[in-house]
Amino acid sequence: MAKKLNIKDKYRLLTRDLDWDFSYEDRKEAFPFEEFEGIKITDWSKWEDPFRLTMDSYWKYQAEKEKKLYAIFDAFSQNNGHLNVSDPRYVNAIKIFLTGVSPLEYQAYQGFAHVGRQFGGVGARVACQMQSLDELRHVQTQIHAMSHYNKFFDGFQDYSHMHDRVWYLSVPKSFFNDARAAGPFEFMIAIGFSFEYVLTNLLFVPFMSGAAHNGDMATVTFGFSAQSDEARHMTLGLEVIKFLLEQHEDNVPIVQKWIDKWFWRGSRLLTIVAMMMDYMLPNKVMSWKEAWEVYFEEAGGALFKDLARYGIKMPKYAETIEKEKEHISHQAWWTFYTHGHAAGFHTWIPTDEELDWLSEKYPETFDKYYRPRWELAKKMEAEGKRFYTKALPQLCTTCQIPMLFTEMDDPTQICYRDTVYNGDRYHFCSDGCKDIFEDEPEKYVQSWLPVHQIFQGNCGGPDVENVLADFYRMNLGADNMDMTDSPDEKRWKQWKGVA
Amino acid sequence: MTIEIKTSTLEPVRNTFAHIERRFGDKPATRYQEATYDVQSEEYLHYRPLWQPEKLLNDASRTAIKMNDWYAFKDPRQFYYGTYVQQRAKMQEVAENNYAFFERRNLANLLTEEMKAKLIRYLVPLRHAEHGANLNNMYASAYGYGTAITQACLYNGMDRLGIAQYLSRIGLILDGNSGDSLAEAKLNWTNESIWQGLRAYVEKMTVTEDWFEVLVAQDVVLDALILDLFYTQFDEWLQANGAQDVGMLTEFVQVWAKDTNRWVDATLKIAAAESDENKALLEQWISSWKESAVKALTPLAEEMLGAEAMTQASAALDKRLAKAGLFK
Amino acid sequence: MSKVYIALQDNDESRYIVEAIEEDNPEATVIHMPAMIRIEMEGRLTVNRETVEEKMGRDWDVQELHLNLITLGGNVDEDDDSLSLHWNE
Repeated sequence: MAKKLNIKDKYRLLTRDLDWDFSYEDRKEAFPFEEFEGIKITDWSKWEDPFRLTMDSYWKYQAEKEKKLYAIFDAFSQNNGHLNVSDPRYVNAIKIFLTGVSPLEYQAYQGFAHVGRQFGGVGARVACQMQSLDELRHVQTQIHAMSHYNKFFDGFQDYSHMHDRVWYLSVPKSFFNDARAAGPFEFMIAIGFSFEYVLTNLLFVPFMSGAAHNGDMATVTFGFSAQSDEARHMTLGLEVIKFLLEQHEDNVPIVQKWIDKWFWRGSRLLTIVAMMMDYMLPNKVMSWKEAWEVYFEEAGGALFKDLARYGIKMPKYAETIEKEKEHISHQAWWTFYTHGHAAGFHTWIPTDEELDWLSEKYPETFDKYYRPRWELAKKMEAEGKRFYTKALPQLCTTCQIPMLFTEMDDPTQICYRDTVYNGDRYHFCSDGCKDIFEDEPEKYVQSWLPVHQIFQGNCGGPDVENVLADFYRMNLGADNMDMTDSPDEKRWKQWKGVA
Repeated sequence: MTIEIKTSTLEPVRNTFAHIERRFGDKPATRYQEATYDVQSEEYLHYRPLWQPEKLLNDASRTAIKMNDWYAFKDPRQFYYGTYVQQRAKMQEVAENNYAFFERRNLANLLTEEMKAKLIRYLVPLRHAEHGANLNNMYASAYGYGTAITQACLYNGMDRLGIAQYLSRIGLILDGNSGDSLAEAKLNWTNESIWQGLRAYVEKMTVTEDWFEVLVAQDVVLDALILDLFYTQFDEWLQANGAQDVGMLTEFVQVWAKDTNRWVDATLKIAAAESDENKALLEQWISSWKESAVKALTPLAEEMLGAEAMTQASAALDKRLAKAGLFK
Repeated sequence: MSKVYIALQDNDESRYIVEAIEEDNPEATVIHMPAMIRIEMEGRLTVNRETVEEKMGRDWDVQELHLNLITLGGNVDEDDDSLSLHWNE
């Protein structure tokens, strides 16, 4: 009788043992990108496989997940599941998801395919390949989940075209472009570790729970189904960082610098998720601040305590980030509300109950800084003077977010930073973004800043309306402007038989 | 009598996404279409890759093949992730039953020591070549252009990992899970002269820059020859020599090849039909890689099967090339 | 001391898994949220194959956990018999 192999030995024989030492070509030519970042890998064989899934099990389990998921998609569309959402305003949150997040899943597929080809160690390579395949799954299941909403609501229809062009979508797009343009190890710290391990939880766990709470069966199903892969990705992210730190002490400062950079980039990116949670979910699960405390401060805190033994410290700017949880969702939604004519979704003033909820959840800041703005907006709207700002916002060269953030110690003062490089002045929303630029200016001067591009005449024109309609392909008045009296709202009322 | 149920208030506003409508008209789209077309970002990329500053992140010029529309590469199987994994899950279930049956009934005991030695010498080392195929298809997926072709390369790359693992399990069945046969097969791969031609060919592919050329060298040329030599001719030899049960362990590859060749052939045909320049380039690549592949495999084929084997495998490849409209 | 955590989709299979976790980790806190169940604990949290099999009344592969898993926090140790989470402090 053959002896039984344990999972570790089996995986070693079936996967780790497949590679060999080259004799006919230079291995460095086959895996050329491993050295230029300064990371030192002394021994790939020390790689600990984060999960030991062979392809046969992968196909089996993933097919089971897909079967369940698509059964729900079919049922959802056959039963007009869109009629079950809590409030048509909710649908605008998932418009942001499709235009802003799903294309990132695609870039994650591309990035992991790249490192899944380039790492010299077969264990790391195969783990990245599997993640690449998962990420392709995520973009495709998201498209399929949204496909039904696209048939009944405006703003989903040109998500791919919009993602490549629209001003606020350049924020997520450039974030992933930045990571993919970096070397393979920085990509892993950026996406595999910082983003997957700490930050995506904030999107996929509390927000998806919120989708469930708002009757959106399609989104919660793809969200949680995607998360079931995410648990593997998180384990990979953690293994990568431990592996790099254990390989060579010279790797520690390089990794620390990437952590500082990518936690800052990531927390900036999540501003939009903060806004989705606090303002776009009509039925609330938890506030952004609460989610941040559970998933970033508590979970991230435990993680950094664990990594302290390697000499890794909490990310730089952690103190600023901690203060920001009180502010960023409010500052972002206000920006979109006032630029609601240029967004690809609808905006609105929170209802009185929602304002009360925000006051309760943000006792330190909401009544003091943000509620008065909404009271003013309400008054103006009642007078028939719904406010849209005409000016195009100045963008931060690094994160590409409009200058909407304030100094955290003075929330009435917008934060501006700038620096001069090669005779040109560049502008930033924060010290974090300025430092990131100054560390790699030759990279960030390449940023395709949508507002600059509009002013340079590269996006059509002459007016903003032409840019929006022709270059962005937005249907003005249907895809954007206020929720009140929008075609989305009119149709909803018709379906529900209310006046 | 027809009954018309009044549903006008729930009429969809549109049938599909705008980019799908621009391609296929205003009608409901398939899941393959929505999951595939125009998903990859094409314009206004932000930073040049530090690892290849002369190119953009997504750049069609990473191959000399030129396409007016990279989405011409429709996968005849119409695989998107969901259909892909469900198809492979069905195949793996059959394979799992086959392997379980083989082990439960101790069918390895029916193989002579000589036959086992032949399997370790000729079949099991292929797992390393499959690992090369995994790298090469990942390469095409990572640096290729347009979701239509890059997703199919990814699926193929993962298939090859799966096949490498199935081949490894054959080794474990033969050595009772000691791993000795895998070590021996690896030694064959790295040291035995009959394998060195193939190993050099595989290593050469991993340092070849043009991803479409890599695809041609791997999926078109080498795979066609290997399929014929190992999974047709050697399989026939096993059947004729009392080792037909081994077919239960390689059936997965045969079923897989039928499905994958449909995609490989279509891809080749589409690229060649696009322009005379593409066709000439493909013929040039194929001729040169085929020449080295035949040279590389000949000692192995002769020892394993006899003098005629390589000619027969070559003819099988030529037949497929002709079907794709090449060398005409 | 830091908490490790695991979150599962709220469905029938998860109920057995949660039961098994509660039995083997009496210190764990189980939190029910919309569509998900979150379990957190200080120290080491372990999901044992045997206990889950006992609860389900069938064979259960530790890797099946991934079908219902939403997220986790902590270093993962996985073998044929269990999956456990811990922080090094």
